[in-house]
Amino acid sequence: MLTFSLGLTHYLVLGAILFAISVIGIFLNRKNVIVLLMAIELMLLAVNTNFIAFSHYLGDYGGQVFVFFVLTVAAAESAIGLAILVLLFRNLNTINVEDLDQLKG
Amino acid sequence: MDFKTALFIIFAVVLIGAALRVITARNPVHAALYLVLSFFSAAAIWMTLRAEFLSIALVLVYVGAVMVLFLFVVMMLDINLDKLREGFWNYFPIAAVVGVLIVLEMALVLIKTFLVPDAVAPVLGANSSNTRDLGILIFTDYVFAFEIAAAILLVAIIAAVALTLRRRKDTKGQNPAEQIHTRRADRVRLVAMASEGKD
Repeated sequence: MLTFSLGLTHYLVLGAILFAISVIGIFLNRKNVIVLLMAIELMLLAVNTNFIAFSHYLGDYGGQVFVFFVLTVAAAESAIGLAILVLLFRNLNTINVEDLDQLKG
Repeated sequence: MDFKTALFIIFAVVLIGAALRVITARNPVHAALYLVLSFFSAAAIWMTLRAEFLSIALVLVYVGAVMVLFLFVVMMLDINLDKLREGFWNYFPIAAVVGVLIVLEMALVLIKTFLVPDAVAPVLGANSSNTRDLGILIFTDYVFAFEIAAAILLVAIIAAVALTLRRRKDTKGQNPAEQIHTRRADRVRLVAMASEGKD
């Protein structure tokens, strides 16, 4: 433990673990749209952590600027996603993914 | 082990634990609150990478705005939890296999090839502020991307309002077009009549 020296690898592996957790979350919460959206947010967080880690260890601000734009788009995405969710609940009275089969012939 | 490493380990453990609770919590409100915790820990980890502006932005924008939006929506909906939790753990074995494989494969590649110790890392902005440097970059090199981001946010506002706008029959409102097109003749009628004197 004393030889543990922090480096780029640790941040990248942390990002990988976070990404895998959110993939598992999408598998588990396949019926609940709200938690699916939360898992997507976690996934974006993992990606952003990778960007910032690379930016820090490369000495380049490009990664941080990219994270800035990812945050913007993620905020827009969750706002529209939640609006669609509210609309869905208003019309169908459910957010269960299995009940959303109107397009099925 | 220095202080920064200890901080990283603490926040990474909290982050992973909170992320696990986000995906397994029964109540969506709890999931949202654990997501807040994981955003906070991630912000702290970004601090150890000297990304001060982004970690503060994460707390302000995500915890302050997006998560409050999530909580609003979760509390507004009346969800039948039992139905949503039906067969929750059915796919867990395959999901766990996929997740562990993802981590192992990535770790296999990352551990050997990206071994950059802290001492070698170039120090960004040693004598300038992170916010100032980012601001200069965004308003010069990335100004077009910045404007596109602004347009995306505008589109998101309009889309969210347009999607959830509901017209009710009993709403009493103004009709601006009709108001503007009103003529004097529509409202005022001049009547010529003889005066009624007292005498």
